[in-house]
Amino acid sequence: MSRLSSRHLLGLEGVPKEDISRILETAVSFREVIDRTIKKVPTLRGVTVLNLFYEPSTRTRISFELAEKRLSADTVNFSASTSSVKKGESLRDTVQNIEAMKIDMVVVRHRSTGVPYFLTQCMDANIINAGDGAHEHPTQALLDMFTIWRKYGRLDKLRVVLVGDIKHSRVIRSNIWGLQTMGASVALCGPSTLLPVEVEKFGCDVYTNVDEALDGADVVNVMRVQLERQQSGLLPSQREYTNLFGITKDRLKRLNKNYTIMHPGPMNRGVEIASEVADSDHSVILDQVTNGQAVRMAVLYLLSGRQEEEGM
Amino acid sequence: MASKKYDLVIKDGQVIDPALGFGKEAHVFVKDGRIVKIQKDSAAIARDLKSLDDDQLIDAAGKIVIPGLIDIHVHLREPGGEAKETIETGCRAAAAGGFTSVCCMPNTTPRIDNQETVKFVQDRAAGADARVYVVGAITKNIEGKELSEIGDLVKIGAVAITDDGNYVQNPEIMRRSLEYASMFDIPVMQHAEDQFLCAGGVMNESFQSSRLGIKGAPAVAEEIAVARDIALCQVTGGRLHIQHVTTRGAVEAIRKAKLAGINVTAEVTPHHLVLTDEEIGKEFNTNLRVNPPLRSAADRDAVIEGLIDGTIDCIASDHAPHAEQDKDCEFDMAPPGMIGLETTVGLIKTYLIDKGYLSWADAVRKMTANPARILGLPGGSLAVDSPADITIIDPEKKWTVRADRFQSRSKNSAFIGYKLSGCVFKTIMGGRIVFG
Ligand SMILES: [Zn+2]
Repeated sequence: MSRLSSRHLLGLEGVPKEDISRILETAVSFREVIDRTIKKVPTLRGVTVLNLFYEPSTRTRISFELAEKRLSADTVNFSASTSSVKKGESLRDTVQNIEAMKIDMVVVRHRSTGVPYFLTQCMDANIINAGDGAHEHPTQALLDMFTIWRKYGRLDKLRVVLVGDIKHSRVIRSNIWGLQTMGASVALCGPSTLLPVEVEKFGCDVYTNVDEALDGADVVNVMRVQLERQQSGLLPSQREYTNLFGITKDRLKRLNKNYTIMHPGPMNRGVEIASEVADSDHSVILDQVTNGQAVRMAVLYLLSGRQEEEGM
Repeated sequence: MASKKYDLVIKDGQVIDPALGFGKEAHVFVKDGRIVKIQKDSAAIARDLKSLDDDQLIDAAGKIVIPGLIDIHVHLREPGGEAKETIETGCRAAAAGGFTSVCCMPNTTPRIDNQETVKFVQDRAAGADARVYVVGAITKNIEGKELSEIGDLVKIGAVAITDDGNYVQNPEIMRRSLEYASMFDIPVMQHAEDQFLCAGGVMNESFQSSRLGIKGAPAVAEEIAVARDIALCQVTGGRLHIQHVTTRGAVEAIRKAKLAGINVTAEVTPHHLVLTDEEIGKEFNTNLRVNPPLRSAADRDAVIEGLIDGTIDCIASDHAPHAEQDKDCEFDMAPPGMIGLETTVGLIKTYLIDKGYLSWADAVRKMTANPARILGLPGGSLAVDSPADITIIDPEKKWTVRADRFQSRSKNSAFIGYKLSGCVFKTIMGGRIVFG
């Protein structure tokens, strides 16, 4: 039985505070495991985890794979290319094949919103969303929150600014829901063409002026901006984006003293974030990467319902 | 008796015919495929009824007897899409849904943009369980570039033209089609969605699409298209029919145009009257993917208002069959459309009549007299000497929508599992019982 209120982690919208707290707290002990010489515990021995990646994502897949291996799970990878034209095997056929292989847990990444939900409807395995379309990417938001929480010892009453392409970012959506549930104050900042319609209904403060957005904030989480957005008429040029929204050293003056710079990667240095900002003492960008494994280990462990075993 | 006086009598039903202004209990008499009379009980009638055999009598006590329903927007998929629907199965679905006449859209393979394809559909429809009227293509191959041979299409029986599925994006082509069609006094039916504004759109653009991270098709794409075409309709003096209206702005534009005396009519689908975009995130049911998309509750309410005040003339299902394997996929990869012929009556009764938005007479008018008037079709009334196209409804019967009960070859309804009140008891076309 899952130790969370659901058998699956499809997103953070609607996930209760107790679940998020439990994941973050559990990740603390797994973070210790990662810092040991022998970075492995037998917790998920005998559990088979499939990493089902319909979208190329080296980082997230490796992070999950490492998390699974450190928990002693058996892991298999399935990478399928999805062209926008539907060809070859249908999603249901693929999923039924997987089900027949007696997989216990599936980590799924797909370009279409709702695919993790689809999987829960046609198989028994625990499903973990590793990013569905522009919808949610819950483990990324959890590792972001874990990183903030470790630094400040709390999430409530912190001011977190999410900067970038709000419209197309699943990382931002998951961060909004998770941070709000944990009592943080969330601000969104991006060009008006990259704000989703009715953005005010997310319940965040919304800015199109980055200096105003940063004023009095504790954390700035900078999102990668996709350079092809200019082709669809959403941005005039990369240069103009950098001028208006790039996080430069100059702009950091408005932040609270003990501020934190985050980025989920991969970075476009000199585009959305200046190198000196990314590499500064306030940057926790590499911590995010390490913490990602710990948080994913916690999620896998809690959803699996396995008992804690010695050696952890 | 040498010859029978009547072939069929529907007795004791509540007869509602908005075209005749008729609404009371009466018997309906049919002979040689036509309505002979509608009359209340009298001594002579009692004698007539007694002389009939049981199989010539339909007891409609407690039922509602109305003109056969007309659906001016269905996709029968034949030719080319026979795995989804054929003219035969589509007409069976129509009969099961109480429709005795349907108008089929031209986006088949090949397109219905020439006489041969119209003829093919007409031949296939002969002997089917519903009358099929063909709507031809506005432009060759529905490409929006050159007008089809509209005169030819009308000559062989097309009742209107549309490029449904596609918006006629080029205003010059749309202008000329309205001008040209006015020679034949047929309406140009428009699927009004600006292709640039809704490019890649999968659902309504709203907080729901923002929340789900799904690309939205904005309401303004419809509103801009409707406004443009009303302006073109006014300058050309043609007849414009807006298909599946879904937004507040479109309803307002049509209302204003009608007040200004512009020759515009409009339809709405049952699914846009009942569902909103809030359904999509619940289970990502691909049957909820339709074009135009399900809108917000505010838009839905505005469309209901437009239906009530007559801005929207009729209800049409936009019956759009898709094979199960085509809809069993990622939400954004699913082809748009849902079937509707067999759920329209139950949905309208449950969600509009029972909620007090429409009376039976209003609802029936929007599915009989009004569509018949827009397209100049022969049915839509029980007037003496009209074809005996009659639908009998069991108004309070509760039923659950089930995929295995559909007559349609496809099952892509978002209403499967819905509990509805009011269903079709019998459907009669040209005096022949085609359902029930
Ligand atoms: Zn259409």
